[in-house]
Amino acid sequence: MNIVVCVKQVPDTASERNLKTDDKTLDREAADGLMNELDEYAVEEALQIKEAQGGEVTVLTMGPDKAAETIRKALSMGADKAVHLVDDALHGSDALQTSAALAQALRKIGFDLVILGSESTDARTGVLAAMLAERLGVPQLSLAGKVEIDGGNVRVERQTDYGHDKVEGSLPAVVSVVEKINEPRYPSFKGIMAAKKKPVEKLAVGDIELDAAAVGLGNAPTQVVEFAAAPPRAAGTIVTDEGEGGAQAADFLASKKFV
Amino acid sequence: MIDFRLDPEQEELRATVRRFAEEQVAPVIGELYERKEFPYDLVRRMGEMGLFGLPIPEEHGGMGGDYFALCLALEELGRVDSSVAITLEAGVALGAMPIYRHGDDAQRARWLPGLCSGEILGAFGLTEPGGGSDVPGGMRTTAKLDGDTWVINGTKTFITNSGTDITGLITVTAITGERPDGRPEISTIIVPAGTPGLTVGEPMSKVGWNCSDTHELALDDCRVPAENLLGERGRGYAQFLRALDEGRIAIAAVSVGLAQGCVDECLRYVKERQAFGRAIGEFQALQFKIADMEVRAHTARLAYYHAAAKMLAGEPMKREASIAKLVASDAAMDNARDATQVFGGYGFMNEFPVGRFYRDAKILEIGEGTSEVQRMLIARELGLPA
Repeated sequence: MNIVVCVKQVPDTASERNLKTDDKTLDREAADGLMNELDEYAVEEALQIKEAQGGEVTVLTMGPDKAAETIRKALSMGADKAVHLVDDALHGSDALQTSAALAQALRKIGFDLVILGSESTDARTGVLAAMLAERLGVPQLSLAGKVEIDGGNVRVERQTDYGHDKVEGSLPAVVSVVEKINEPRYPSFKGIMAAKKKPVEKLAVGDIELDAAAVGLGNAPTQVVEFAAAPPRAAGTIVTDEGEGGAQAADFLASKKFV
Repeated sequence: MIDFRLDPEQEELRATVRRFAEEQVAPVIGELYERKEFPYDLVRRMGEMGLFGLPIPEEHGGMGGDYFALCLALEELGRVDSSVAITLEAGVALGAMPIYRHGDDAQRARWLPGLCSGEILGAFGLTEPGGGSDVPGGMRTTAKLDGDTWVINGTKTFITNSGTDITGLITVTAITGERPDGRPEISTIIVPAGTPGLTVGEPMSKVGWNCSDTHELALDDCRVPAENLLGERGRGYAQFLRALDEGRIAIAAVSVGLAQGCVDECLRYVKERQAFGRAIGEFQALQFKIADMEVRAHTARLAYYHAAAKMLAGEPMKREASIAKLVASDAAMDNARDATQVFGGYGFMNEFPVGRFYRDAKILEIGEGTSEVQRMLIARELGLPA
């Protein structure tokens, strides 16, 4: 089983995150980078499948040099090797362009199964899995809370508002996961030391048969036109209990569709 | 060669343990502490991460790291909780290391894989009710060879990790004879948990370290095979002197963690807490207090890094280890006192971590040699008369 996990380095949600005023892209230098949390679950699931069935886990990331930290994290957890798609031409690529670049890289690497988190904590488009599956012409099984490999098929429990759907598709396939699926391991020191020696292949746009004019901020089909800081949180509603506090609180929750 | 920066792997280990401490230890430790429960689940997870085998080579089931890697892990755990940190410290420095260092092939093969994985814990029985740092003079426990069996009699006290459900062995020091110069001959013997004649007392009620396992042990005609002798007969004193020197660096790391944890908690609190219409962090009196706390944590960290560097280089480090232990335990106690003051009334409440830090800090000035013993050792290293 040849598994490729797509991971993304995102700014630490605990640090202050800003868009740059000049090109309206994320200021990645200003914030500490971390592996996107949902991608940790993707790495863990890939490792569990490998441990149960054998095979190899390759990590694929697209991002600047700094994203090598996130590759190292995935390798420390136990992935076997990595591919780092890094090229100044890719800066500012939107979801469509990113999926085009990753799909080309995936074709070059080859795969039976592609696993990724169902969304990133920075851009939160949540569309990458669908775009990859479409571009690669393989089934997409999204929002997986459980994954089972059975011969040439993959079965997932797809999380929904009402519970889950059981979905099945043939391999090769793209699977996106949600955090219910497992508990990501912490890297051991042995894993951390071993990661040093694992191969990391760097690919540029020219290495994946992609036209540099098709990617990057200047060529992006979608543009960030304007942005504004999130408004400060408004003052809450205070319910004074004069005998009907419980009912008022329940009405409030109902009005917000919490109950 | 002056460089205290961590290499990328050490930095990643530190960050990983920090994350583990924040995600897994911090949410549960308050309740465990109140209930004085041993953190079995956390120990299991730490075992899975390989923390118990950090400085032991891979061929024995360890992680192939070194003692400094262990210290980094201890500091990050200590930053969130000392009980968890000291469980690891004792498990590795006092449980696994003596077996790795002095054990024969059979002893290593029997004990190290389980100790490294955290499935079993090892304890070290040195201190006795009537004697701590005044060994060998104060030691009373004896072991006599009866054919191919050691018969051990005596009492040990304050023994960490000695009475958990997963305690596998206790290494005890005992007088095994008299040396030609008339002084007692001290040896170290492995006593597997559950050996008849070994009685583990009730958990001791402590001022702090509530989640750490501490017992008094009675050895009453406790019989173990002759091959349980650890290392050479009569070398016990030298063995535990080395374990104590190293242990001081480890305790310094735990202390630095506590001192830094106090800074962490204060920084969070002074931004939120309002008094006289502003966040209390805007008051210079508290800013200076917190700056002093950071200075203590930082300088103590440099002291233990330096001692660990000398140890790993194989150089004498008695003086540096004592200095690190003294400076770091003072930093922990001073920072815990100041942090509690910064928190005001809430500092006296158990629901905030600083109250736990306050209770946990005192023992750091006592265990692995009191601050007074450290001063005595430093004075000896300076050539002052014994």
